[in-house]
Amino acid sequence: MSVEEKVKEIVMDKLNVTAEQVTPDASFVEDLGADSLDQAELVLALEDEFNLQISDKDSENLKTVGAAIDYITSHTS
Amino acid sequence: MKTRVVITGMGAVTPLGNTLEETWKNLLAGKSGVSPIESFDTEGLATTIGAQIKNFEPEKYIDPKTLRRMDPNEQLAIVASQMAFDDAGLKTADLDLDRCGVIIGSGIGGIKTWEEQHQALLEKGPRRVSPFFIPMMIIDMCAGLVAMRFEFRGPNYATVSACASAAHAITDAFRIIQRGDADVMITGGSEAAMTRLSMAGFCSSKAMTTQNDQPEKASRPFDKNRDGFVMGEGAGILILESLESAKARGARIYAEVVGAGMTCDAYHITAPIPDGAGAAKAMKLALKDAAIEPEAVDYINTHGTATGHGDIAEVKALKTVFGDRAYKLAVNSTKSMLGHLLGAAGGVETAVTALSIHDKVVHPTINLDDPDDECDLDFVPEGKRELDIRHAISNSFGFGGHNVSIILAAHS
Repeated sequence: MSVEEKVKEIVMDKLNVTAEQVTPDASFVEDLGADSLDQAELVLALEDEFNLQISDKDSENLKTVGAAIDYITSHTS
Repeated sequence: MKTRVVITGMGAVTPLGNTLEETWKNLLAGKSGVSPIESFDTEGLATTIGAQIKNFEPEKYIDPKTLRRMDPNEQLAIVASQMAFDDAGLKTADLDLDRCGVIIGSGIGGIKTWEEQHQALLEKGPRRVSPFFIPMMIIDMCAGLVAMRFEFRGPNYATVSACASAAHAITDAFRIIQRGDADVMITGGSEAAMTRLSMAGFCSSKAMTTQNDQPEKASRPFDKNRDGFVMGEGAGILILESLESAKARGARIYAEVVGAGMTCDAYHITAPIPDGAGAAKAMKLALKDAAIEPEAVDYINTHGTATGHGDIAEVKALKTVFGDRAYKLAVNSTKSMLGHLLGAAGGVETAVTALSIHDKVVHPTINLDDPDDECDLDFVPEGKRELDIRHAISNSFGFGGHNVSIILAAHS
């Protein structure tokens, strides 16, 4: 499974949204209804899945699905 | 003039049924809800039986995303509250939501979540502790979540007094309506403390029965062979409403809440004061609050947990308050069948007391094969009994020396 597919799957599971909603441009807060606790949980799940550490500063910039995919792609080999 | 307060809706999830109706039917039939524990590993525990809820389906009431972020304790509170709300025939659109509140008690709170997250902390470190750990664990969140569900914007908090938690919640909700601060209150208790850690703690404190080989016979209030309580789980929620509000919407009234008394033994952390003085005082205060004489009481739903000292102290308290009339009262223990629902016990038992008044029948105390010499009251051992009840008392006591007595009256 590609990074993109895996990220989408996690977002769908954690935010209880459909595949159609999880587009690269979709904003976690505005389009997918995430609150601050949802976002914190999402970052934890992504860290676990991709075995990396996302700093609080970096996580603040992961506002869209696409941004999360790009970040993970560039921080994993 | 104090506002009169009535019970217009009730809901419960218990070891004897996922609705109050089913629970009541099984209580009247004298069935036990106790069985070997299956939900976690009981290896090494002195007690391996409990009164567990079965086939509970919170997903029928709560959406999947929200459900995952709720401890079982919160799920029970929400589901029982929804049942009580529906039973009362309430409609959010018809209510002045600023005058509607929620007080739900729990003795222990989200201990399953606590255990899981502590494990995560030890194994994976602090960054792996869920952002939902705190809201899932804290006891007040049951009341917060229920308020969100029904948009109730009035008084909202939890009560915590071990096994008297729900009774304190109901007492506070009663007072709040009585003094005119709210029209409708959702109140009662929930508890989901059947976990390995919690059971280990209660086993160590020697408060629980170890009659593992006969689960259905293990909860034996007032019997010579009692050896402690059976741990249970569940929720019992009531809708308290001003009489005026209930009448205005033509609501069915189960019973009226007419008095309550609260005291503390100030004696020992877990043992009751041997002469039951604290419990007696709570009942006397409740009678005074209700402005009735002991002769006007017909039925006592005891705390009756089946601990060695607790049952005797409660019987002594009843004799102190009622004198000779103690022998004429119908006195039973719901815990003989449901086990001890800890912080939820007072919620379920107040609901049971209201149903007894409304349906004019009391359930039996089961497993009373050989009554303790000091427990010589009429515990209704033979089976359910038709009974016209004018006033009834529901007693709840808790570790810490807390005593609460609530008096319900038939509504005419």
